Amino acid sequence: MPEGKLCNKKTINTKEELQALLADKSGKQYYEEMNHLDVDRKKLWGTIQKSFKSRMKTWLEICSHCGLCAESCFYYLANNKDPEQVPSYKIQSTLGQLIKRKGDVDNAFMQMCMDTAYAKCTCCTRCGLYCPFGIDTGIMFSYLRGLLFAQGFVPWEMKIGSGMHRVYRAQMDVTVEDWVDTCDWMAEEYEDDWPGLTIPVDQENADIMYTVNAREPKHYPEDIAEAAILFHVAGENWTVPSEGWEETSLAMFGGDWEACKMQVEAVYGAMERLKPKRMVVTECGHAYRATVIEGPYWAGLKTGKTPVESFHYVEWVAEALRTGKLKIDPSKKIKEPVTYQDSCNYIRNAGLADIAQEIMSYIAEDFRPMTPNREHNFCCGGGGGLNGIGRYRQQRNIGLKVKRDQILATGAKLVVAPCHNCWDAIRDMEEVYKIGIRWSFLKPLLINMIEVPEHLKPQEEEAA
Amino acid sequence: MYEFVTGPLAWLAFGIFFIGLIVRTVLYIKGLDWKLDRVTYSVNTSYGVRGAARSILFWLFPYGTHSWRNNPWFTLWVFVMHIGLLLTPIFLLGHNILFKESWGVGWWTLPEGVADFFTILVVVSVIFLTLRRIALPEVRLITTAYDYLLLVVAAAPFITGFLAYHRAPDYYFWIIAHIICGEILLVAIPFTKLSHFVLFFLSRAQLGMDYGIKRGGMKNKGIAW
Repeated sequence: MPEGKLCNKKTINTKEELQALLADKSGKQYYEEMNHLDVDRKKLWGTIQKSFKSRMKTWLEICSHCGLCAESCFYYLANNKDPEQVPSYKIQSTLGQLIKRKGDVDNAFMQMCMDTAYAKCTCCTRCGLYCPFGIDTGIMFSYLRGLLFAQGFVPWEMKIGSGMHRVYRAQMDVTVEDWVDTCDWMAEEYEDDWPGLTIPVDQENADIMYTVNAREPKHYPEDIAEAAILFHVAGENWTVPSEGWEETSLAMFGGDWEACKMQVEAVYGAMERLKPKRMVVTECGHAYRATVIEGPYWAGLKTGKTPVESFHYVEWVAEALRTGKLKIDPSKKIKEPVTYQDSCNYIRNAGLADIAQEIMSYIAEDFRPMTPNREHNFCCGGGGGLNGIGRYRQQRNIGLKVKRDQILATGAKLVVAPCHNCWDAIRDMEEVYKIGIRWSFLKPLLINMIEVPEHLKPQEEEAA
Repeated sequence: MYEFVTGPLAWLAFGIFFIGLIVRTVLYIKGLDWKLDRVTYSVNTSYGVRGAARSILFWLFPYGTHSWRNNPWFTLWVFVMHIGLLLTPIFLLGHNILFKESWGVGWWTLPEGVADFFTILVVVSVIFLTLRRIALPEVRLITTAYDYLLLVVAAAPFITGFLAYHRAPDYYFWIIAHIICGEILLVAIPFTKLSHFVLFFLSRAQLGMDYGIKRGGMKNKGIAW
């Protein structure tokens, strides 16, 4: 059987195909079919020849096997310094072999590659900072994921994710109607407490076009309300687009480059339609990385920039606190020891380390950065899509130990985690290791800390 | 024999070395692709240049980066080896005399005692790096015979040169061996991992541009290597 019914080289482009995949609980049939999936060697080698160029070729060729990357990898550290977890070994034994054998590999090899590319690397790219030759193994694993995807060797959840982006332009089955309804519902729900609160949809020429992670309308709609409240208090002229509101990209984690392009083009389309002055992305690391940092390249934008200038939520928060648009009530600052999870995607891979520290200087009295921190911080353990993949839950949980120990070493019981994946990973870590910590996005913390101008407070007495 | 290895063979070795390195450089740059690499090399160039320069310079200085500082002994011997490998042959009195005889040009040379000391340091660092490959499990697993061979190729001109200089028995054999080993090293550089002679700079520049242009360099002071 060269191609399975569920596990195959085809992409998911209809709701029916998505339903069929979703109906296969935990991907049981999907993974069974994967065992019989043929490798299209000609296509594989053809793709490599077209896309494997001097940068990666040089990385694989000149790696001097010095092993300096070993200690940079949280998986290596979490797995008792298992030499098989050294980034150099992981990439040479997968992509390196694939190239050496000119794509002449079998099903078992491809599955080994998939297991390595997902359960032994979150593409956090920390190793690239520790290699004297600047070899970025995370980038190579991401490339390998793309090769695997095209051959059908992709974890079940990532295949679903890529299909969601193709069908809904969102990582979850949230339609435009669902999204707009959620915005309306949230505005209604909170307007008693915040008179005048609105969530303006499709307003042209706003100062800010705000975009989110599909999990927010799907599972945490209050996050959208919180964003609205903070924009409201800060007096921002903002809007959300009815289409092109989703920033995330499971397609990026899964290596479906075509779907990556479709997804970011939806957002860029909204920018062009609504002509906002700038865009702000919610508290999600990979969403920002996908749409703002990598997206312009998928879309073929030669400037390497999004059509309008784009900011991560933390940049907006820092600016609002810096300029006084949002004022923190000094008595409500965080008093207890608190730490901050530097997300790989917007800190190491997008340069926002100073911003995170600036925010903490405004809101916390006893800020305790993790060690190492900033660009050198470790992945939370759930990056690269790993949080969502059942097949690799065990490996993910082992990997969480590094973050657990980093947090414990700070002595803080509260972790600020303005990134959905980090937030999830830390939540799961608490569930697995029970170290007695709490974790939070910035929005709920800020709402409890800001000074609300009188005219924005509910006028209860007058009403009564 | 001596005439042959210092004449045509030397020409050939130097020719392959220089042309080979130029070819490697050209091929590397030609193989860069803004869309595949996802770095706009030719847009925002000033940020790219700054990123590239930082990426190279921090790594050129011993203990200039987190990684160098985390591995103090490795860093020490790697730098000692590379300084010895580069400086000794260029500034060796004997090599200079040969050049002067053929080309009429010469330059400053190292005192012979210092050159001797550098030679010993190169050999010691190669021994250290070899033992490190064997001793550390995380390095042992990824080490191949090829890696050891390259250490031998790098050290051989120094060992044979040292023996010839100190008039080991059978001077003629050692000096010929030394010249051939030197030529093997020159030829090996463009064709093996030793191509990091130039590719170190190119690869570092590339990642530096990546960070300088795309991954935050336009919003911060530059990545802390």
